[in-house]
Amino acid sequence: MATIEILDIEKRYGDTSVLKNVSLSVEDGEFLTLVGPSGCGKSTLLRIIAGLEAPDAGALRIADRDVAKDRPKQRNVAMVFQSYALYPHLTVLDNIVMPLRMRRLTAAQRFPLLGRWMPGTRRIEREIRAEAEQVASLLGVEPLLARKPGQLSGGQRQRVALGRAMVRQPAVFLMDEPLSNLDAKLRVQMRSEIMALHRQIGATFVYVTHDQAEAMTMSDRVAVMMEGELLQVAAPEQLYSDPDDLRVAEMIGSPQINAVPVHALNRQLCLAWQLSQDTAVAAFRPENAIIIRPADATLNGTVAVSEHLGADVFVHVRLDGDAGTIVIRTDRTSPRHTAGTAVGVSVEGRHVLRFDAKKKRCCPSQDHGALVA
Amino acid sequence: MTALSSPRNAISAAGARPVSASKQRGDRRGWLYSAPAVVTMGGLLFGPLLAVMLFSLTDWQLGQEQFSFIGARNFQELFADTVFWKSLRNTFLYVLLVVPGTVILGLIVAVLLESSNELKGLYRTAHFIPVMAATSAMAIVWGTMLHPTIGLFNHILYGLGYSGVSWLRDEHTALLALVLIGIWQGFGYAMVLFIAGLKAIPQNLYDAAEIDGADSVMDRMRLVVLPMIGPVLMFVMVVTAVRAFSVFDTVRVLTAGGPNYSTDVLLYRLNTESFDYLRTGYGAALTVVFLGIVIAITLLQAKIMDRRVHYS
Repeated sequence: MATIEILDIEKRYGDTSVLKNVSLSVEDGEFLTLVGPSGCGKSTLLRIIAGLEAPDAGALRIADRDVAKDRPKQRNVAMVFQSYALYPHLTVLDNIVMPLRMRRLTAAQRFPLLGRWMPGTRRIEREIRAEAEQVASLLGVEPLLARKPGQLSGGQRQRVALGRAMVRQPAVFLMDEPLSNLDAKLRVQMRSEIMALHRQIGATFVYVTHDQAEAMTMSDRVAVMMEGELLQVAAPEQLYSDPDDLRVAEMIGSPQINAVPVHALNRQLCLAWQLSQDTAVAAFRPENAIIIRPADATLNGTVAVSEHLGADVFVHVRLDGDAGTIVIRTDRTSPRHTAGTAVGVSVEGRHVLRFDAKKKRCCPSQDHGALVA
Repeated sequence: MTALSSPRNAISAAGARPVSASKQRGDRRGWLYSAPAVVTMGGLLFGPLLAVMLFSLTDWQLGQEQFSFIGARNFQELFADTVFWKSLRNTFLYVLLVVPGTVILGLIVAVLLESSNELKGLYRTAHFIPVMAATSAMAIVWGTMLHPTIGLFNHILYGLGYSGVSWLRDEHTALLALVLIGIWQGFGYAMVLFIAGLKAIPQNLYDAAEIDGADSVMDRMRLVVLPMIGPVLMFVMVVTAVRAFSVFDTVRVLTAGGPNYSTDVLLYRLNTESFDYLRTGYGAALTVVFLGIVIAITLLQAKIMDRRVHYS
């Protein structure tokens, strides 16, 4: 059973605090994604789990064992890097077998030339090779075994890197933005391949990405990080419909959630949306707003631009007063709104998420499941 | 209409010319463009080389007005000379000790400097000083330090309770002392190149090696560092080898080839024969042998290493 327990981890580089009291637990066999903008500390957290960096404070347990002082080798983790980090001078086969050679052969057996003549070396090498070939055929890189990484395409290198991670059958897979060097089409394809792989081998996956689409589509749970803090850990649907923090709400979903400062709203609307005293920002998803006649509306504005994206049309509306611009998602069958037209906007109170001045959700219980209903 | 058609006519006229004529003109132009390079290379490289080869077949002595071709007699005399063979042996010994010494020391210092942060710049500069210093001046400093009575080395030995060694005047230690000076002089250059090579290795590869279980220094060296700096390593080895082959100034200043020819090396022999004894023809024959060896070693090294070096 490979659960991962992270307790009050802190990490500082000089004066900058990269991780602030991060606690997180990952279930056995779970696919957990760490998502956040660059510099939020997600990669650092992954490297701490791998053992490539040491935390300044806090505890780390993998499979109920304290691993804080273990080298990566002893942690039974495998890692896939953004740049693949394949050994460029070795063939694909030699790359894939490396973790096994390092573990199963003694230093003497790995010695150049002489090692081959040590007792047992040949037998072990044969076993290792057989296992590597099995993994290679699983990933469809078998015809490439004799090539060097420089002769492979990005997608093929990615597969080889996956093979090198899989061959050892580790309990935990750590992936650091593994798809961000691939082109868009290949990325979508590899996304589903990695998901299939996860189902097949059932290991615990921790996946780092800055792409919220990857996070939402692949994971059992998503952990949103920002500025070294863990803001929310939840299933993708819950993260979308029931965010704890305005920053989470803004990060998940495209186009971004509309956040309107309460001071710019009229009293009528505050009452209709049941905004409490401490609410500073009212937010709603673009698909939950509809355009109505200005005369019928309590929220008014002018169309700034209309974006046609095939199935959807995103209408950008500049609100009157000091309320900023919002985006409304309509479908292509709805009437067209040209720039400069005065429009009214209507959002039902149950679709409005309320956040306080510290960007936290106000009385979440009251809104709970607001968007699901 | 005429204005439009006339350039087109000109082009077709040029195209209709016999191919060989335009090709000839192109060839001439090509030679013209490469003339500066051809002339300098011919005048400064191949010309002197040819001259040396010709001289090696004559009995010319420096300053004399007449000489005659004597065939391969210079070479016959050379190969029959025990001093030549001794100097050849010394040169090879010197190279075989200096090259690995320089490369290994340079690599170790580079790795140590790269893995620490404090006073990096200072250490880097300190280790590079021998490369910049004038060799003959440094040789004099070394000569003082290795002096049997007033030298620093022997004073340390005395202090530790040992008797002193006449470093440069003992047949058994003289070449070794020169080897140490050679390594001292060259490792800073190797170090700087290795540091550049080390800096180019992506951190991810070290990480991957660590995850894969290669977490000892030796494993990391073998799996990441050496393959990744392969091209630099090869360059350093070739340059150091060629430089070691042409060792001259320390020999000249410190031992003058002695004692009993124990530090006599090819270039020193060459210098002595050509300019002390003024036997230019004989010296030229030595030069030809020297050049042959250097070229052969460079080619061999390049060939062996090329097969094993990974250029990304």
